[in-house]
Amino acid sequence: MSAEPVREDDVTRISWTRWLLIIPVVAVLWVPFYNGVEPRLWSIPLFYWYQLVWVLLSTVLIGIVYLSERK
Amino acid sequence: MTINWTALVIFVLLFVFITVLGFLAAHWRRGDLDLLHEWGLGGRRFGTVVTWFLLGGDLYTAYTFIAVPALMFGAGAVGFFAVPYTIVIYPLLYLLFPMIWKVAHERGCVTAADIVQSEFGNRWLALAIAVTGLVATMPYIALQLVGMQVVIGALGIATDSVVGDLPLIIAFVILAAFTYTSGLRAPAMIAVVKDVLIYFTVLAAIIVVPLHIGGIDKIFAAVPAAKLTLAVPPAGSLGAYSNYATLALGLALALFLYPHAMTGILSSSSARVIRRNAAILPAYSLMLGLLALLGFMAIALNVQQMPEYADGFKRYGNNFSVPALFLATFPSWFVGIAFAAIAIGALVPAAIMSIAAANTWTRNVHRAFFKPNATDAEEARMAKLVSLIVKAGALVFIFALPLEYAIQLQLLGGIWMIQIFPAVVLGLRWHFLNGWALLIGWAVGTATGTWMASLLAFKGSAYALTLFGLAIPGYAALYSLIVNLAVAIVLSLLFSAAGAGHRAAAAAR
Repeated sequence: MSAEPVREDDVTRISWTRWLLIIPVVAVLWVPFYNGVEPRLWSIPLFYWYQLVWVLLSTVLIGIVYLSERK
Repeated sequence: MTINWTALVIFVLLFVFITVLGFLAAHWRRGDLDLLHEWGLGGRRFGTVVTWFLLGGDLYTAYTFIAVPALMFGAGAVGFFAVPYTIVIYPLLYLLFPMIWKVAHERGCVTAADIVQSEFGNRWLALAIAVTGLVATMPYIALQLVGMQVVIGALGIATDSVVGDLPLIIAFVILAAFTYTSGLRAPAMIAVVKDVLIYFTVLAAIIVVPLHIGGIDKIFAAVPAAKLTLAVPPAGSLGAYSNYATLALGLALALFLYPHAMTGILSSSSARVIRRNAAILPAYSLMLGLLALLGFMAIALNVQQMPEYADGFKRYGNNFSVPALFLATFPSWFVGIAFAAIAIGALVPAAIMSIAAANTWTRNVHRAFFKPNATDAEEARMAKLVSLIVKAGALVFIFALPLEYAIQLQLLGGIWMIQIFPAVVLGLRWHFLNGWALLIGWAVGTATGTWMASLLAFKGSAYALTLFGLAIPGYAALYSLIVNLAVAIVLSLLFSAAGAGHRAAAAAR
């Protein structure tokens, strides 16, 4: 992806933490992981709370990558 | 339906407020509005917070707020695709778009087609990028009007009479006027108001409605089991699973290529602003996910069977489910705020879309092909004029054509939009890609995707792919993108073997 790190001079370096960004993508695109009702969280079926939780986790992961690359 | 006066008065007051704001925005972070990048990109001066509101207001549109819960209401779990879709976009935004911002900034690019033109020096490829953006944006603007029409109807104004069309026309004339005078600064400022109203509405709804219904468990208990999760695929097929995943991925790849999204990105003040926003924009996805669940709350309250909403459902179909839910649960003053949030939520993206379309037309069609030596002032004047024409076109679209056309065209728009991914995103990174090869790839991908959608009579966008005996039904945009990319790569290698020339940008490096 980062064939030209030279152009991205607003970050100190291309950090290995970028690999973390794959996790939320795989987690929500692999549907068999979560296509079910049980276990529920606060009476919300798995299918819904799992994906909503990944919204929060994706924000945390992108934040980690940003902080690790910040100048 | 009778007119809900309290709600209507609050609705109108909020509308007047944002109108004033829209005109005042011309003076905000003052710049010379006779320059295209000042009028059409806000002078590339928006910091982290303004960009957050602007992109949030731009990407999460009123149509989404109405249509996603409506899909949950009608079809169930599959409507939740909006959540994985909006999760996947932000890693992509972080990885791919800071570099695009930098290139655009260095070369003074205002549109995606500008970037491609500056990189490849191939104005036919740039034209293909520009036309794709224009064609995909028009029905999208028209659909914003649908969102507005539903809430205006829900306020008790019959929107299928000539008089009933007036509120929509007035709203669009106001929108056109402040976009003309203030450019991108107007939707940026109004987006702040819109987003505060939307967050307030959604938070109130997800607290109050479950209390009203009697608990979260009651909501999900009311949803038929078949709608609660995706159908488990039969043997030999990935069925609903691959449909759901490819839809989310394909939409995510296409999203930031839309002219209005690109405008939002290019108007930010630095690549760092884009990275920061990739981390904080998911707040809107959470809101969208909660909003989607309103569709289930509408099922639990059984709003469709309430006699007072029968007329609304007859006129607007499932799109009436969220307005009906609000009317059934909330006092009139709150309904006024919620409906205003949705209507203003239509104006913000409609304004940005029309500005983006105007920038594209002016730079990549008018200047590139008809008036190569237009002055800066002429260019800005042209863009302002085109922004008016685009909005008039959207109004005609909604009044003159059946709604299905706008929905089908918007569906096709996603399939077409993704085809510029190789040129815009990969073209800057993979230097072996050749401009003519990308153009042929684009044409083949567009034709393939359109053909796939035609198999479903343009009513859906899934294609029944079969590989080695395994059926993998999925989003036609993603499958046709693969064809596009394969053609572009193979032809690039062939052209380079045949000794084709180098890129325009390569000479400058």
